[in-house]
Amino acid sequence: MENRRYSDLAHSPQRIIKSILGTGFFVIMCAIIAFPVLAGLLASFRPGTELIRRGLAIDLDPRTMTLANYKYLFGGNADSRKYFMWYRNSLLITLVSVLLTLLICYFVAYGLTMYDFKFRNFLFTLVIATMMVPFEILMLPMYKEIIAFNLIDTYTGVIITGVCNASTIFFFRQYLSGLPKDLLSAARIDGANEYFISIKIILPLAKPAFASMGILTAMGTWNAILWPLLVLKGAEKFTLPIGLNTLLTPYGNNYDVLIAGSMFGILPIFIIFLIFQKYIIDGMTAGAVKG
Amino acid sequence: MKTKKNFLYSQKVAPYVFILPFILSFAVFWIYPLITAFTMSFQDIGPIKKEWIGFANYAKLLKDKVFLISVGNSAKYMFFTLVLLIPFPMLFAVLMDSNIVRAKGVWKAILYMPALTSVVISGTLFRLMFTEYKTGQMNLITQALGLGTYKWLKNGWSGMLALLILACWRWTGVNMLYFLSGLKAIDTSLYEAADIDGATARQKFLYVTLPLLKPTTIYVLTISVYAGLAMFLESYMLWAGNSSPNNIGLTIVGYLYKRGIEKNNMGYACAVGVVLLIVALIINFAQLILNGTFKKEE
Repeated sequence: MENRRYSDLAHSPQRIIKSILGTGFFVIMCAIIAFPVLAGLLASFRPGTELIRRGLAIDLDPRTMTLANYKYLFGGNADSRKYFMWYRNSLLITLVSVLLTLLICYFVAYGLTMYDFKFRNFLFTLVIATMMVPFEILMLPMYKEIIAFNLIDTYTGVIITGVCNASTIFFFRQYLSGLPKDLLSAARIDGANEYFISIKIILPLAKPAFASMGILTAMGTWNAILWPLLVLKGAEKFTLPIGLNTLLTPYGNNYDVLIAGSMFGILPIFIIFLIFQKYIIDGMTAGAVKG
Repeated sequence: MKTKKNFLYSQKVAPYVFILPFILSFAVFWIYPLITAFTMSFQDIGPIKKEWIGFANYAKLLKDKVFLISVGNSAKYMFFTLVLLIPFPMLFAVLMDSNIVRAKGVWKAILYMPALTSVVISGTLFRLMFTEYKTGQMNLITQALGLGTYKWLKNGWSGMLALLILACWRWTGVNMLYFLSGLKAIDTSLYEAADIDGATARQKFLYVTLPLLKPTTIYVLTISVYAGLAMFLESYMLWAGNSSPNNIGLTIVGYLYKRGIEKNNMGYACAVGVVLLIVALIINFAQLILNGTFKKEE
């Protein structure tokens, strides 16, 4: 599609120079942005002592490159078992969080969008209000609640506080309000009940919204640190970021496992991102356009 | 039993059934903790008993030098992230949206990459780059300029610089995508009309793009104010724990964490949280009023 926002002369030398400058700007910027991750990736192929000796260096010297870190990470030793236990925990928490968050937020948004009832606007205002208070302020009282509910050091404690997420509800509501309400009345005439309509008729139409929110929730949960750090106490329950963090001790850092493990930990999110890029951007920017 | 079932299935009751999870979650994980945060801030909470002490926690906070340092750090961080992470991503988005840039998808994907990376990982990588040893990238630069090495994470200004560079690294791409989607929503016929009137690129940016991007700008500004004031993990990871030399990296939430979790002084920590909430709400409402968000509804 031709872009007419900033008109220019067609295929003139001036335009070619502009194009080189404009593209070149992003090439340089991307090189800077990619540097830390690339350097980390290269470091994961060098012994930890090299990392301490030379730091993060973009250096493809084959004499220092080795697969030893990854062999050790996948080697079935104590560190390796610990690492994959955290990996499994993170996968489990992410999967359950995504499923629950999507279903709950979809139904809440459905209720707020598809019906006219007395407290609708009031309830929607409450949804918006919850977005106005940073989580960090509620963190300590919530931590006490989780202790009182006996949910400390459990995955339920990690997951339950986040499954009813205001911005996810908001996004679903935006999406659902774009669907025709005639569908509901048509289905009601056919004798379908309210819950059947929400699951069998409207939910399939909201698949793109599920994709967007599913990926964003997965990313957020996979990388979450603060709340799991408070709730989870035993090393066998840790998620990947919390576990990796414990590898950093004041008495000698276990950089071999840390760097290789970090890079392997980014992998699932990168793969998801590359496949579902479009949905991520749609979901993320939904609130930014309409305000 | 039958009537009960009909009752749940009626169109009057169904919406409440759908919304029930939100009402429960709102009550248990929002309004209750919020009220508790306020009541706890007026208490001295020991291991066994708690005691009402009125405004004593707040009076102590005002004289607490470490708290004031943390407020200063968070305020500085918020201010500079607003300065760096709104105008520049906006301009990058305008450039990305123009037709002089090739292979846009590649650049957008790479610029978004840092947001996918956990702070544990990016913080570790940045700590290595800002190390005081000769091997850190920052020191490689200063050495190349003949300035010798510098203890980046042990001095106030350079510690803040490290935090800001980390923030720019993580969020430039994300904010650029926000502005890009804002630009996509602008009607192209406006630019055609401006062309007919002979507007220059600069005039088009100032009189068409900028005013029409306002909803996006306000959105980015709002989330940046909150993210800036509530920043904690970046500092926690950059200094490998919640303590930095002379508290140069201590933020308001870092102090809340230190008091509440590390020192188990919940009442005092909640007072810190309440101050944070009030500051965040004041700045946000001031920003919304200045931007005229409430005017439209009158």
